[in-house]
Amino acid sequence: MVENRPYRDFFAHAVLVTGVLLVAFPLWVTFVASTLTFEQIVNVPMPLWPGDQFLHNYTQVLTSGSEKGSSAPVSTMLFNSLVMALSIAIGKIVISILSAFAIVYFRFPGRQFFFWSVFVTLMLPVEVRIIPTFKVAADLGILDSHVGLALPLIASATATFLFRQFFMTIPDELAEAARIDGAGPIRFFIDVVLPLSKTHMAALFVILFIYGWNQYLWPLLITASESMYTVVIGIKRMIAGGDASNEWHLIMATAMLALMPPALVVVLMQKWFVKGLVETEK
Amino acid sequence: MEKRVVFKSAWLPYVLLLPQITITVLFFFWPAAQAVYFSFQLQDAFGMTSQFVWFDNYTYLFRDSHYLSSFKVTAFFSVMVAACGILISLLLATMADSVVRGALGYKTFLIWPYAVAPAIAGVLWAFIFAPSIGIVTYFLKKFGIDWNWIINSEQAMLLVVIASVWKQISYNFLFFLAGLQSIPKSLIEAAAIDGAGPFRRFWTIVFPLLSPTTFFLLVMNIIYSFFDTFGVIDATTQGGPGDATKILVYKVYYDGVKAADLGGSSAQSVILMAIVISLTVIQFRYIERRVQY
Repeated sequence: MVENRPYRDFFAHAVLVTGVLLVAFPLWVTFVASTLTFEQIVNVPMPLWPGDQFLHNYTQVLTSGSEKGSSAPVSTMLFNSLVMALSIAIGKIVISILSAFAIVYFRFPGRQFFFWSVFVTLMLPVEVRIIPTFKVAADLGILDSHVGLALPLIASATATFLFRQFFMTIPDELAEAARIDGAGPIRFFIDVVLPLSKTHMAALFVILFIYGWNQYLWPLLITASESMYTVVIGIKRMIAGGDASNEWHLIMATAMLALMPPALVVVLMQKWFVKGLVETEK
Repeated sequence: MEKRVVFKSAWLPYVLLLPQITITVLFFFWPAAQAVYFSFQLQDAFGMTSQFVWFDNYTYLFRDSHYLSSFKVTAFFSVMVAACGILISLLLATMADSVVRGALGYKTFLIWPYAVAPAIAGVLWAFIFAPSIGIVTYFLKKFGIDWNWIINSEQAMLLVVIASVWKQISYNFLFFLAGLQSIPKSLIEAAAIDGAGPFRRFWTIVFPLLSPTTFFLLVMNIIYSFFDTFGVIDATTQGGPGDATKILVYKVYYDGVKAADLGGSSAQSVILMAIVISLTVIQFRYIERRVQY
């Protein structure tokens, strides 16, 4: 960079490699544990090199769940997580882009009021209103269902803001030209706004997919039957008691299955992920 | 900011807003209002009758030593999470910014924990540090440290801090790296020509220019440690041993769901809401000021 000092470069690499290794250490232990037998893990210290139980453990959890804790197969839980993550991500994008379009491209009575009422929802995370929200879900009869998992988490101020900011940067000439050519607002939305918003939608999708997949408190409250558990809840239910009695080999295999999909999304869609993260937060 | 060109329709904007507003009212405003309403009420043990008790739930809370200790625990926990997370990420980001080769590779290997759910992060670390079978516990014993977070409150706190920081490093790292990369290289070169060493350059140029990012991350980390770490706590210590790791949001959940104290839990929710609102306001005011700067 500024000066050429080989030892400093070496130092930087050393710090970074240490950081990467420390960050990866839990993942490695988890992976190794998921390939061992129960006896190998309980026999302290557990080996730090993968064993030969990979197929056995993963088939076991995917098809029939754990033996002592929850007995729902993890494949069902993965499916529930996927449904939840996809409906939250797509749902949020759809309702936010529609409301941002209304707020930016129309003048109507109550516009400011609606804008601010969406804005203040930023300040109300699920955690601070758990019990009343649970009551609403109970009254609507959506407890223990896929709708109940996703619907209450769909409203999003951040996505609405992102789209609003972006729509403000679309040149007015485009809307003017569309109007002169006789296109109404719906036509304009479908043919101009949607195609222009593609990159923003992709970036938001990555962030919201992870958000939905990793939800914990809400699914914990409203799922009652094991067939509705998301995989994050499933793991929690597998941890039954003392640490030597848990079936750690199965729990760790489930943990790998639970963290791989969002981790792959982050790593493979890194560009969209970074864009989404930086833009939704600022 | 207003658009010059707009469309005219008496009904279309309302139709477009309808889904968003419906969900917001149903799942945000109504429950929040209910929380405020419940917080002024006292229910009997079976939830059959309730009476209006004004601020009794609140005054009771502030006389309750458990609640006050939860405040202290939360304050300590969030300061630890924010400080450790920011320091480690700043170090890693500074290093990643200074290396010529391999920066992208390091980035890829450092950002994936963002994708791990807090509850799973908790399970991973609880396993490594498990009192009887954990691999790190085993090595700690060799150094003569008796590690058991199930009965030792300091160790329990340390465990949840480690798990929470681990998950948040990637987030901080990305923002710091972006901040560092936006600092003009000419400034640093000029300082180097004037004879400033790397530490001096960092403290007098890089760090002040990064301060908006640092402040933003400070607020975000505090919000993170207040709410998102619920999963970490519930999957590991569940607030224990005793109340050693019972942060405010965990207490809201515990009192409301497990102990079925609707009024007290709602009053705590309202206090938490007030805290989030003030944090958000601080952040927005700060961002406004930064625009002028």
